[in-house]
Amino acid sequence: MTRALSRSILRGTIAMIVFLLLWELGSRSKAWLGFPLPWISAIPAPSSVIVVWGALLHDSGYWQSCYLSVLRVMAGFFAAMIVGIPFGLALAINRTAYGVLFPTFEVLRPIPPLAWVPLSIIFWPTQELSITFVTFLGAFFTMVLNVIGGAKSIDVRYFQAARSMGSSSFDIFRRIILPGVLPSIAVGAAVGMGITWNVVVAAEMISGGASQATGAGGGLGFFIWNSYVGGSYPQIVVGMISIGIAGYLSSELLRALGDRVTPWLRRR
Amino acid sequence: MATSGEVVVTNVSKSYGIGLFEKEVVKECSLTIESGKLTVMVGPSGCGKSTLIRLLAGFERPTAGTITIDGKNVSGPGRDRLVVFQETALFPWMTTYENIMYGPRACGEDNSESRDQAEFLLEKVGLNGFRDKFPSQLSGGMQRRAELARAMINNPAVMILDEPFRGLDAMTKSLMWDYYARLFEENHRTNFFVTTDIDEAIYLADRLIIMTNVPTRVRAVLEVDLPRPRQVKDLVENDRANDLKMQALSLLHEEAMKSFSAGSKAAADFVDAYSRRVAPH
Repeated sequence: MTRALSRSILRGTIAMIVFLLLWELGSRSKAWLGFPLPWISAIPAPSSVIVVWGALLHDSGYWQSCYLSVLRVMAGFFAAMIVGIPFGLALAINRTAYGVLFPTFEVLRPIPPLAWVPLSIIFWPTQELSITFVTFLGAFFTMVLNVIGGAKSIDVRYFQAARSMGSSSFDIFRRIILPGVLPSIAVGAAVGMGITWNVVVAAEMISGGASQATGAGGGLGFFIWNSYVGGSYPQIVVGMISIGIAGYLSSELLRALGDRVTPWLRRR
Repeated sequence: MATSGEVVVTNVSKSYGIGLFEKEVVKECSLTIESGKLTVMVGPSGCGKSTLIRLLAGFERPTAGTITIDGKNVSGPGRDRLVVFQETALFPWMTTYENIMYGPRACGEDNSESRDQAEFLLEKVGLNGFRDKFPSQLSGGMQRRAELARAMINNPAVMILDEPFRGLDAMTKSLMWDYYARLFEENHRTNFFVTTDIDEAIYLADRLIIMTNVPTRVRAVLEVDLPRPRQVKDLVENDRANDLKMQALSLLHEEAMKSFSAGSKAAADFVDAYSRRVAPH
């Protein structure tokens, strides 16, 4: 077990090193080939990215950007959980609610969260709220859909068994439906978190640092865009990798949390 | 234990679909499940046995006729009848112990008495060492035993079992018969057991009800007067057991012939098997 694990870690590490090496060689192709390779040579080399990153670690602006994005992701994500889970459950167990609300839900769902940006800027009083709202939408639809799907896939025999053992409706909700939906909630949360990162960065790019006066705006999305406009290309990559790492960490965290609340799905 | 749980089925019919597509699955079926006895029902596969079980359990209503338990009409699921299903219906998110305690907890009876009973049943079905395991961590046979315990703790007037040991390998199956027969012999609760396995039927039954092909009704009732406790080797060595088995098989054969002539593939298999097994004698 541990041997297989250390082996897969080794493989992953080697692959990453090879990838960085090829990238480095590609970016520096002009120096060692005499001519630049198309496309790849336009990308800043990993070594220069690391140098720039090292300098940025002492820059409070960079940390402020990270902090703002994380804050928005968290706010949007948790709002989506708090609203989406009960909403999904209501649609799953109440036929009337399903009939009334689901068609509207299905019409709104295919609209990409980014298409909501202009409207939410008009609607919400502050820019911060509109970015958070768009982030919320990204996770919300996924969450609701997962909860409904999860509840519908609970085996009818569990309900029959519970009923014949004398369960009340509330008891069935608490001890059959809730635990039965938990795995789908865990999946919905992991997927939703990924979408949240996608959306927040794009929303930050669009609404950007427009209102620096009020302290709003910023974030990693704006950081990347600003680096592009300012011509510091290694910084673009720093911003991208920062998002990658933040997304990876939050997914891992959710996965660990999901495993913890669904112990019956754990492999022996 | 006082015996109760007499189930009387009177002229029950059940059909699905409407108009041209109406299909009658149970037709004017009348039978009595005697209290304190282990009644086993066998019939051709697809004959409507499971439908009859859903009617008894109260998950569905008959199109016509009545079902009563101790004189009271069946109008929905109730704690007086518990169903053990074909495939496991243990709640995957609960441990063995939590599954067994489900019924008492649902009825607000999580007291020392029911906890003792749960421990007793865990011991009885040999799952003491598995009380804190989830169903996915149990073998097929263990799951079936956990399910028996989960049903029995509710002390139902009638236990209904729908092919509960189907799909288990032969060794496990005969082990399950043993566990189950001991549990029954201990308290002689009313049991209604549906199967397609004729050996299982003879080994377990006090009374054997043989059903007709679809739309189903009672074809014959055999009293299985073999002394208890029984042993699996009786099925081979005991003349009376073999005699009953032949009677049951020939009745089932007749039913299979009917559906064979009506074009059923499953019946064709049975007719083939029967002729290989019986004809040489």
